[in-house]
Amino acid sequence: MDRREFLKMLALSGAAFTIKQSKAMSLMTQHFSGKEINENYDLVAVLGGTPVEMFRKGIAEFGGMEKFVKKGYKVVVKPNIGWDKTPEYAATTNPELVGEIIRQCFKAGAKEVTVFDHTCDDWRKCYASSGIEAAAKAAGAKVVPADLESYYESISLPRAKNLKSAKVHKVLLESDVWINVPILKNHGGAKMTISMKNLMGIVWDRGFFHSHDLQQCIADICTMSKPAVLNVVDAYRLMKTNGPRGKSEADVVLAKGLFMSQDIVAVDTAATNFFNQVRDMPLESVEHLAKAQELKVGTMNLNQLNIKRIKM
Amino acid sequence: MLKKLRVVISLLFFIPITLYFLDFRGVLPQQFHWLAKIQLVPALLSLNLIILTIIVGITFLFGRIYCSSVCPLGIFQDIVSWVSKQINKKKKFKFSTAKNILRWSVLGITVITFFLGFSFLTGFFDPYSIYGRMATHLFKPVYMEGNNLLAGIFNAAGFHSLYKVQIYLLSIGTFLITLAMMLIIGYLAWKKGRLYCNTICPVGTTLGFLSKYSLFKIRFDQEQCNSCGLCSMNCKSSCIDAKEKTIDYSRCVNCFNCMEACKRNGLKFATASALQRKNTENQTTTDIDNNKRRFLSTLAVSSLAVAVMPQEGIKINGFHKVKRETPVSPPGSKSAENLMSACTSCHLCVSKCPSQIIRPSLFEYGLGGIMQPMLSFEKGFCNYDCTVCSEICPSGALSALTKEEKHKNQMGQVHFILKNCIVYKDETSCGACSEHCPTQAVNMVPYKNELTIPHTDTGICVGCGACEYACPAFPDKAIYVEGLKVHQQAAIKKEKSNHKIEIEDFGF
Repeated sequence: MDRREFLKMLALSGAAFTIKQSKAMSLMTQHFSGKEINENYDLVAVLGGTPVEMFRKGIAEFGGMEKFVKKGYKVVVKPNIGWDKTPEYAATTNPELVGEIIRQCFKAGAKEVTVFDHTCDDWRKCYASSGIEAAAKAAGAKVVPADLESYYESISLPRAKNLKSAKVHKVLLESDVWINVPILKNHGGAKMTISMKNLMGIVWDRGFFHSHDLQQCIADICTMSKPAVLNVVDAYRLMKTNGPRGKSEADVVLAKGLFMSQDIVAVDTAATNFFNQVRDMPLESVEHLAKAQELKVGTMNLNQLNIKRIKM
Repeated sequence: MLKKLRVVISLLFFIPITLYFLDFRGVLPQQFHWLAKIQLVPALLSLNLIILTIIVGITFLFGRIYCSSVCPLGIFQDIVSWVSKQINKKKKFKFSTAKNILRWSVLGITVITFFLGFSFLTGFFDPYSIYGRMATHLFKPVYMEGNNLLAGIFNAAGFHSLYKVQIYLLSIGTFLITLAMMLIIGYLAWKKGRLYCNTICPVGTTLGFLSKYSLFKIRFDQEQCNSCGLCSMNCKSSCIDAKEKTIDYSRCVNCFNCMEACKRNGLKFATASALQRKNTENQTTTDIDNNKRRFLSTLAVSSLAVAVMPQEGIKINGFHKVKRETPVSPPGSKSAENLMSACTSCHLCVSKCPSQIIRPSLFEYGLGGIMQPMLSFEKGFCNYDCTVCSEICPSGALSALTKEEKHKNQMGQVHFILKNCIVYKDETSCGACSEHCPTQAVNMVPYKNELTIPHTDTGICVGCGACEYACPAFPDKAIYVEGLKVHQQAAIKKEKSNHKIEIEDFGF
């Protein structure tokens, strides 16, 4: 630690003591207490690079993957692999990004990295077409199925409104930390599908969400006691229309963006604002954001946050 | 020597075709479906003249090689028979007379009903299709269960090369029919060898008739033979009369077991001229009277059966989770009528469908269509890009579709029932149907406040059933696919991907 950094720390901690604990602050401590993460930024946004370059820049701003993944950790990386589509269609997370995240996890000392998604289309086709299975395996991760109920275990969600319990994939429950890697898309029912909606791929019974107020259930699942240690929103290609499946490449915009935060509501708020530049998408219409904020999952108030914006 | 060759050739056909039916992971290349294409009834129904010429040609040359080495049901019976012989070494076959009235009646009824548009019996008796159903409904679940056991052990040890699969009972009716057929045919094979082939099987009867005129036959060498009867005891077709030194060629399947058994080299596989014939073959040349009788009785029995047979089109409604008026026939079937004119219910498509959504029908297609493939969206839906079933169908009931053709092939149309829809009933967001729709024939449009509600466009619907599968409305689905008797073309427009949108800012 050099003198400048020391002084900065001193100033920051001084400031922290003087600030009255805001809602957002309490949330931060509640979520990540014990993990000893004291990154400078709450949210990092990167524009204009390849998925891999942008992630490298972004994670460096947080102080490297070591901040989130400790030596010997079992890590789950949860991309969106929901559809039997190739990466150009932006229906699934960019495979190169997934590969890079896995490599960084191993570099940080992870013992094991596992990848899965509860897909909508046939999982074997999804895993293959998306390129994620190949990329993940090449990076050394295990790729496991999620198509049978026996892979799931029930957890209770005491803070939730409608979804009082849910069956979550055991691999995720047994991991030390997990990283949420959604892709930015519009959604016919939920309006947007980003980090929060991506949690529907860790649960077994998706039908329950749809039949018990989808927006509320999306917020509810995010109250789980084991939130993602980091949310990485892939907006290299985004799907602007006909989401979440998409019809053709006409639905895709090469946006070259990437958003990262530990606050799942904040990162989805930021990504929705970004999306709003392509197609009108007011935050109020994406109701699960406000519902999650109400449940104290995170904040939609980006002004409260320390955001790093990088253009490449 | 000839017997060993026969066994090797048989296994070379039998093992791959069985594995192809079992292979749920799609490891084996799709070219394996040629093993189904070369089967007689599928070749006949798809009018594959090359295959037919080869089979008939081989039969005229060497006899029922098809029955012996190509037909999987025949080889299955040989295996059962062989096992029974291993258990009971003393087991002997003995000569019996041909059940000609029965076999010709079955063939007659099958053919006549087929031309009257009732194709059920064709598939019901076709040996390849029987074996296909056995493999699909009986062997495959066992194979998958075995896989799941192994996968459980592997996964627990941290290896994920194997994965577990869901095993469904695709159709109780078909399962029971298939089980009963396997037990009956298996029992007959255990006790009497190739009895099914020579008393019921229409293919056996036809090829048996042709093989009476084949060039090469197993013939008695009168000088060597001492009528010891070893050949007859080893004949699984019970067609050798050792005393009379005659062979009923209509039942001989050229297994060559007799030649292997004979200690005196008293049987030869040769042409007639090659062997000096003394007094054989009265079986083939005489009994003109018999033939006439056979023909008349066949005609009588078959006409009677046709008269008694219930008319096609009787429709019994049952077992519908969704009240579909018309079943959804598989992609490439063109129409229910076309499907039924050629499908033998071999269930190769049922077995190979990666989404496991092709199921045997009960009465959905009418009585004549029992066990024919139809789509069920209870556990899944038809993958937009998948064309497997249409490509592997051996009988031409499904014609091969390219991915582009499949994208436009409309096998059913979406129906939306507003009053069941969650958005309408509960006024909460859903969109499960639309998110699964590959063509956005179901698309979410603005409704009250921030809500969106499904809006359907049947013109661009392909009938894949994804919406129906995904709809969470309970107890009655709010969206389903109604089958089309005749498939149509979906009016899908080509989208231009010219959106050059540059995003310069973060937006927050």
